[in-house]
Amino acid sequence: MKALTQRILTQGGPFIGLILVIVLFSLPDETRAFFLTYHNFKIILTQTVIVAIGALGMTLIIVSGGIDLSVGSSIAFTSVVGALLVREGWGPAPVLLAAVGAGSLIGLLNGAAIAGLRMTPFIITLGTLGIARGSAKWLAENQTVNYDDSPLNGWMTTADPFSRALPAGVWVAIGLAVLTAVLLRHTVFGRHVFALGSNEATARLCGIATPRLKVAIYALAGAFFGLAGLFQLSRLRQGDPTVAVGLELDIIASVIIGGASLNGGVGTVLGSMIGALIMAVLRNGSQQMGWPTYFQEIIIGLVIIVAVFLDHLRQGKKA
Amino acid sequence: MTAPARLRLAGIQKRFGATRALRDVSLEIAAGEVHALIGENGAGKSTLMKILSGAHAADAGTLELSGAPYRPESPHDARRKGVAMIYQELTLALHLSAQENILLGAESSRLGFVDRRASRRRARAALAQLGHESLDLDRPAGRFSLAEQQVIEIARALLTQPQVLIMDEPTSSLTQADTERLFAAIARLRAQGVSIIYISHFLEECRRVADRYTVLKDGETAGTGGMRDASLDHLVTLMTGREVRELYPRTDRAPGAVVLEVAAAASPPRLRRASLQVRAGEIFGLAGLIGAGRTDLLRAVFGLDALAAGTVCVVGAPDGRAAPRDRWRQGVGFLSENRKEEGLMLGRSVADNLTLTKLRALGAFGFVDGGRQRAAADRWVRELRVKCRDSRQPAGELSGGNQQKVALARLLEHPARLFLLDEPTRGIDVGSKAQIYELVSALAAAGKAVVIVSSYLPELLGLCDTVGVMCRGELAAVRPRAQWTEAEIMRVATGSA
Repeated sequence: MKALTQRILTQGGPFIGLILVIVLFSLPDETRAFFLTYHNFKIILTQTVIVAIGALGMTLIIVSGGIDLSVGSSIAFTSVVGALLVREGWGPAPVLLAAVGAGSLIGLLNGAAIAGLRMTPFIITLGTLGIARGSAKWLAENQTVNYDDSPLNGWMTTADPFSRALPAGVWVAIGLAVLTAVLLRHTVFGRHVFALGSNEATARLCGIATPRLKVAIYALAGAFFGLAGLFQLSRLRQGDPTVAVGLELDIIASVIIGGASLNGGVGTVLGSMIGALIMAVLRNGSQQMGWPTYFQEIIIGLVIIVAVFLDHLRQGKKA
Repeated sequence: MTAPARLRLAGIQKRFGATRALRDVSLEIAAGEVHALIGENGAGKSTLMKILSGAHAADAGTLELSGAPYRPESPHDARRKGVAMIYQELTLALHLSAQENILLGAESSRLGFVDRRASRRRARAALAQLGHESLDLDRPAGRFSLAEQQVIEIARALLTQPQVLIMDEPTSSLTQADTERLFAAIARLRAQGVSIIYISHFLEECRRVADRYTVLKDGETAGTGGMRDASLDHLVTLMTGREVRELYPRTDRAPGAVVLEVAAAASPPRLRRASLQVRAGEIFGLAGLIGAGRTDLLRAVFGLDALAAGTVCVVGAPDGRAAPRDRWRQGVGFLSENRKEEGLMLGRSVADNLTLTKLRALGAFGFVDGGRQRAAADRWVRELRVKCRDSRQPAGELSGGNQQKVALARLLEHPARLFLLDEPTRGIDVGSKAQIYELVSALAAAGKAVVIVSSYLPELLGLCDTVGVMCRGELAAVRPRAQWTEAEIMRVATGSA
């Protein structure tokens, strides 16, 4: 517990930022009655699930010094795959495996292209962004994929919307966050991810098989994106090939607000989760204030710039 | 009768932090003179040229250009005042045409539009000065040979009609035939009254092309005179004649079995041919000029660069597997000459840097035991007296000497039986240097094999049992230490043996 509080303190910036946005939205008359209620937090947590699971994969990639722009498209692709299989009569477990596998396959291809062709992740995943989106529309014959009903639909809601219980998706995201944090901090794999992002030349010099490591990182992150796609399906209750356009930017922003560096070698799972929560609180609060969506977009844009700028100041003071 | 010198420097001093790069340099060059500037790596040639070309300002001393005080504020200012520099690494924009490159930043224009006809005339005139008027002006610079690219680079410098042209190692990437053509161009420029400062490690070349010379040693002018009267031996003595301090501990050791065997190894473009044997308990030194292929040889042995020909055999290890990860497993460790860019993860902790090659051994089932990792690191921090808060401090916050100790400790912790050390004492303080000498000596006494690349000859002669000298990509000579002198090493390294 002591270690956790210390972590939160060193995580300072993003955590204070989260408190700040929560306080700011609980003050105005328009939101005071509802914003700070348990029920609203349940909504916020549920709205965070997809971005949070995506941010887990993205944290691995960004810490390793990479980037993945194809996340939104991967989510659309895997949600379409999931919906098609549900319509074929598959049960939830095989659908889960198939969606995670499909996401992982896209990641594997990204990683193999980046490592094998020695191209920058930005270019490769920009290409995959188009390829995965187009494939999703092709598979879905350019329309939404509807199905009668599936147990999947219950993963992002609770049977009684007014109960205090949290939907399964929230618990899955929390559990995966803990696992990913342990993976990144306490395993050889995680240390190698940091080494790769901190200095790829050193990693190579020290005998780390960097091409293989890159493939593993993108494939694992792809599995997270596949799972996020499944929760997207569960939330919409249909496979929509046009869903999650630009979601990669929300996910990257969460990781960056959480203190990771786009240069690699720096970043934490806890930070990224706080980053994802800040984004969700901002959206939720703005809606309750009755602000139009364009106004939300401007605010989120400003928050990204301010968060990273403050982080630079903090780093500069330390050095 | 005595006109003022074209360029005159006197008492030039320059200090970077605690390092005195230039203590007292004087230099005088007449109009239409080719003047060779000679000196070992680190003697201060680059610093002097940066002052001349306006990249740095001198701390003290006087500079005069054609009798008037000369204080360039920037490279651009220096060019305007008549001093142009050709760098060793060419600076062409490879996608632009030859003409565009020659006129870059000095385009002829009319109302903001490029005046193609005037541009062409000026580019042709500059090339004619060099005897290359037939060069295709419209071809992209990247599609010319290196020698032709250099002509383009020189033509660009001639555009401003410089009084003094500085050439830094202009032949380092040229073939023999291209070198001859460059010399012809230099002769034409000299006849037109351009003064040229010619910097090269290759003494024979300097003797052929230059009228006079100045030798720099440890930031001071060690000698100057006419090329005609200077023997190669005299120049080499001026370059190397300095005291050797008793920094180097000798341990009792008897070389044992062969640990590393390299046969006719080649890794183009830099490493052309090298064969050597290193025994357990032996310190093997590699001398040579920068770019002679020493680093490339170490990297090829360690599997960081691919071998194009020849074999590298680490005795006792299966053949064929030669990626860095296999080398570490075979007990080979490599210390990079480039601590900041390759050797260390500056943003990560001392402990992370120190244990990166053997994380798997510090825990079970793929987990890393943080406690054991820090204990391993703390041991070396104590033993090597690394100055840091604790082993969790980021490596980038340590001083150069302490960073180097961390990088070296990685090989000790691993532990390696064959140490490949590339410039292990470059840019670190004297105390840390002495400590590294002691450590290397102790390693050999304990039966480890060590290969050291160094540009500092007293260090190689003081520390090594065997010294090999490389010249232009070939390991030219390997002899026991007792059979070498500094002058002899320089003679072989500069290809004048």
